[in-house]
Amino acid sequence: MALRLAGVQRGPAVVGLLIAIFLLLFLLIPVGKVIVVAFQHPATGEATIVNFLDFFNNSLFRESFANSFYVAAMSVLVASIISMPLAYFTTRFNFGGTALIQTLGIIPLIMPPFVGAVAMQLLFGENGSVNLLLDEWFGFTLPFMEGLNGVIFVESIHYFPFILINLSAALGNIDRAMEESAQNLGANGLRLFRRIVFPLAMPGYVAGAALVFIKVFDDLGTPLLLNVNTMLAPQAYLRVSSIGISDPMGYVISVILVGFSLLSLWISLMALKGKDYATVQKGGGGLMKRDLRTWEKAGSYAVIIFILLLVLSPHFGLLLLSFGTIWSFAVLPDAFTLAHYATVFSTATQYIVNTLWYAGLAALLDVILGTAIAYVVWRTELVGRRWLDYGATAALAVPGVVIGIGYLRTFHGVNVPLIDQPLASWWVIIVVAITIRRLPYALRSCIAAIQQLSVSLEEAAENLGATKARTVWRVVIPLMSGGILAGFVTSFATAAVELSATLMLVARESDAPLAYGIYEFMQSAAGRGPGAALGVVAVLFVGIGAYVSHLIIERGKYARSAKSIVAEES
Amino acid sequence: MKISKKLGVLMALAASLVSGAALAIDGTLTVVTSFPKDLTSVFKEAFEAKHPGVKVEVLNKKTSAGIKYLQETAGNNSSDLFWASAPDAFEVLKGDSLLVKYSPKAEGIPDKVGAFPINDPDGYYMGFAASGYGIMWNTRYVKAKNLPLAKEWADLKQPVFHDHVGMSAPSRSGTTHLTVETVLQGMGWEAGWAEWKEIAGNFKTVTERSFGVPDGVNSGQFGFGIVIDFFGLSSIGSGFPVDFVYPEVTTLVPANVGIVKNAPNQAAAEAFIEFLLSVEGQKLLLDPKIRRLPVNPKIYAEAPEGFPNPFKDKSIGAAVKFDLDKSKDRYNVVNALFDVMITYRMDELRSAVKAIQDAEAALEGKENPAAAALIADARALVAKTPVDEATAGDKAFNAIFKKKRKKATDKASGRQAEIEQEWDDMVKANYEKAMELAEKARSML
Repeated sequence: MALRLAGVQRGPAVVGLLIAIFLLLFLLIPVGKVIVVAFQHPATGEATIVNFLDFFNNSLFRESFANSFYVAAMSVLVASIISMPLAYFTTRFNFGGTALIQTLGIIPLIMPPFVGAVAMQLLFGENGSVNLLLDEWFGFTLPFMEGLNGVIFVESIHYFPFILINLSAALGNIDRAMEESAQNLGANGLRLFRRIVFPLAMPGYVAGAALVFIKVFDDLGTPLLLNVNTMLAPQAYLRVSSIGISDPMGYVISVILVGFSLLSLWISLMALKGKDYATVQKGGGGLMKRDLRTWEKAGSYAVIIFILLLVLSPHFGLLLLSFGTIWSFAVLPDAFTLAHYATVFSTATQYIVNTLWYAGLAALLDVILGTAIAYVVWRTELVGRRWLDYGATAALAVPGVVIGIGYLRTFHGVNVPLIDQPLASWWVIIVVAITIRRLPYALRSCIAAIQQLSVSLEEAAENLGATKARTVWRVVIPLMSGGILAGFVTSFATAAVELSATLMLVARESDAPLAYGIYEFMQSAAGRGPGAALGVVAVLFVGIGAYVSHLIIERGKYARSAKSIVAEES
Repeated sequence: MKISKKLGVLMALAASLVSGAALAIDGTLTVVTSFPKDLTSVFKEAFEAKHPGVKVEVLNKKTSAGIKYLQETAGNNSSDLFWASAPDAFEVLKGDSLLVKYSPKAEGIPDKVGAFPINDPDGYYMGFAASGYGIMWNTRYVKAKNLPLAKEWADLKQPVFHDHVGMSAPSRSGTTHLTVETVLQGMGWEAGWAEWKEIAGNFKTVTERSFGVPDGVNSGQFGFGIVIDFFGLSSIGSGFPVDFVYPEVTTLVPANVGIVKNAPNQAAAEAFIEFLLSVEGQKLLLDPKIRRLPVNPKIYAEAPEGFPNPFKDKSIGAAVKFDLDKSKDRYNVVNALFDVMITYRMDELRSAVKAIQDAEAALEGKENPAAAALIADARALVAKTPVDEATAGDKAFNAIFKKKRKKATDKASGRQAEIEQEWDDMVKANYEKAMELAEKARSML
């Protein structure tokens, strides 16, 4: 096959092959080494599928499966309701503070481990601030954090930014001519949005919704936080992490999580099949922005502020926790202090520096890989190209602890030349682990971006004599920049608080990232404040990063739209 | 001849000097531990001050992750010490031959604390501090909800504590396992499980990690927590409005340290153990953020007032003679049973126990033998355990839950998933039936 490839396909083929090798080496082999027990008979070690039969025969697992599915589907719904107004208002209208709103909309993704959970409980728990106040004023309490509905509530305000970011990027890519034609034909208001704008932004929405669905389906942190054990991810985790016992069912569930996630990804791809979302005109800088009437503006701001208050409340809780002395069964902490920040900056700055390095490098690698995979999948005819997409996305469903164990098992015997220490205890392996775990986020954004890009622009460039490489570099990548940046921001933000794999892989305290520092603090009663302070620092850094990225996007759009006006006038 | 002899002596002396110099400890000491920074940083600083040539590298991993880490890296080991609470974690490592023997030279440490031997009888790990399980509570919570205090395990099963209690699971926390096992040994297998399930019927939650319990009590998420003493004592020390008590049935268990096999810096590892056991090291345990019970009885003279002293107060940890072998033999079955009966069926258990409590409250002061019989039946259904004590202690039965088959020819009959499914069917049906009976009893009153 490779021999018969046309010259233009050879470059992408090499790139595709390299990515395939990377995924094989750092995802499939290590994970395979761990989950192989899922396919072994627990008593004899023979290859078998009996464990999977056990899974489906077990009523607890069937219940867990149904619960996970229900929670994931409902979370997509609630997350869509939260993110649509934010995305719509900020991309469609001339609106002060767009970059700020978009940035604040990303913050919920960064929920530092452990401290985030404590903050949520102190705020929304049965005896949290909100319920204490409700009880005092009205004599009733609301079970925000109880059972499956609690999981849906927390998951939705945690992961809705996936939809927000991707939908906003997609809305920004729509050809203004489409909207104008529709308006000329008499469509406006909600009808315009429902029939023209939203359908054209479908790739972005589907990318975000698929991420939310898969992420929630596989998410471990929230069910553990709410102590809901009858869902698949906690069942897998609890069985993998128990002392002494090793139950193959933990790994069986991991395999099922991966399989189901890929299935839902495939369904989301099918949903977009047979439709063309590409637009030719890119110079316009997205939809026309309309001015709002004063009362409209006030209404929109009210909606946005309400949503932001809701989704950012855990972070207010975190902030209070980081400044509070003792906060126990009370609406607010007993007193406030700066001591926790002093502790953090005197003992934990190394963690912060490490995290910026790791998350930055990982996010950079992720968008490079994501762009390359998106290009290979959508612009070439290579055999098996879709498997790059599936393979990379599978990482979403693999529990971090499985990746951690797999890396130790695979790379501990491999010594890195020159520095002469095992690859598994070199800091670079942490970056690789984070890259693999966050690649799916960047990848979905990049794929959504390329789906909206008409191939005729590239053909035009090639007709004008540009080589394939030059076309990619000068046309494809600049036009995908919104999606690439969205991917970078999501990968970076979530990488900064990655815990489960890194906890396993940290071999030296001096190499440890921030999440490890929080974990260390949160092991003791006195560490809660410093842990929260470290969490706030993480949120701040990611927030600043995201804000700068948005300024860059806005400026890029402005520059392009300015040019196009000049072109029209001349 | 004479000269050469002298020379020989000299040379031997020189050689011993050189090797002595080589033994003077330096380099990096890598410690894998589950202890919080509040504890490790105190010992790290003091040890480094005493041995300026050594840099202590602390790797903080929770117990189960620490075990996995040592298992996976054994082929190319880079860790010197494993330092954690639960003796059973050390048993797992010992079973995998990942530890080496060491006999500490420190003096003044008795053989036992409470009924528990301080050091591993085989010499693979040593206890350096003792801990016992007890009940901690949030004083604000108790006041706001107008609750009485619970000082014994049995108190926690009273209806008034419904939805106010938190605990971790034995499969996730070695020290929790010891508490569960202590009650099982103290009350007997059937009665012990019945007791646990009645207490668990009052649970607000079963937390995924052992620190989740003091965390929840400190926040006021639930009022009472079943915790190891230093969680309670250090929470008090950090200023939270909480208190702690040892029930009569508790076991004092040593927290341990052991040298990892093929340790890159064995000399420093040994020095660290000696430091932990020295008077100087033992005193550090009284730090307000640490608050663990020293194993050297002399140290208690310097402890703050009200600090428990197990060597003097013989009531702590003495009620049960803890049988370590019995615990070891049925280790996995106890963990799996707790998860199947309690952790994974929390909602069903809670509803059943609540229904029984309500029915009993309705029965109070009334004469209705039929209803009373129904309630008794319901109670018996909840108490029922799918495995009897003999089976639970059976080696072959336990092997089903073990991870590693030592040889390819080893076979176990039955699979864990299969057995858990049987248990789950029975347990769930029993809880549902119990609830039905209790509601029927209630409707008769």
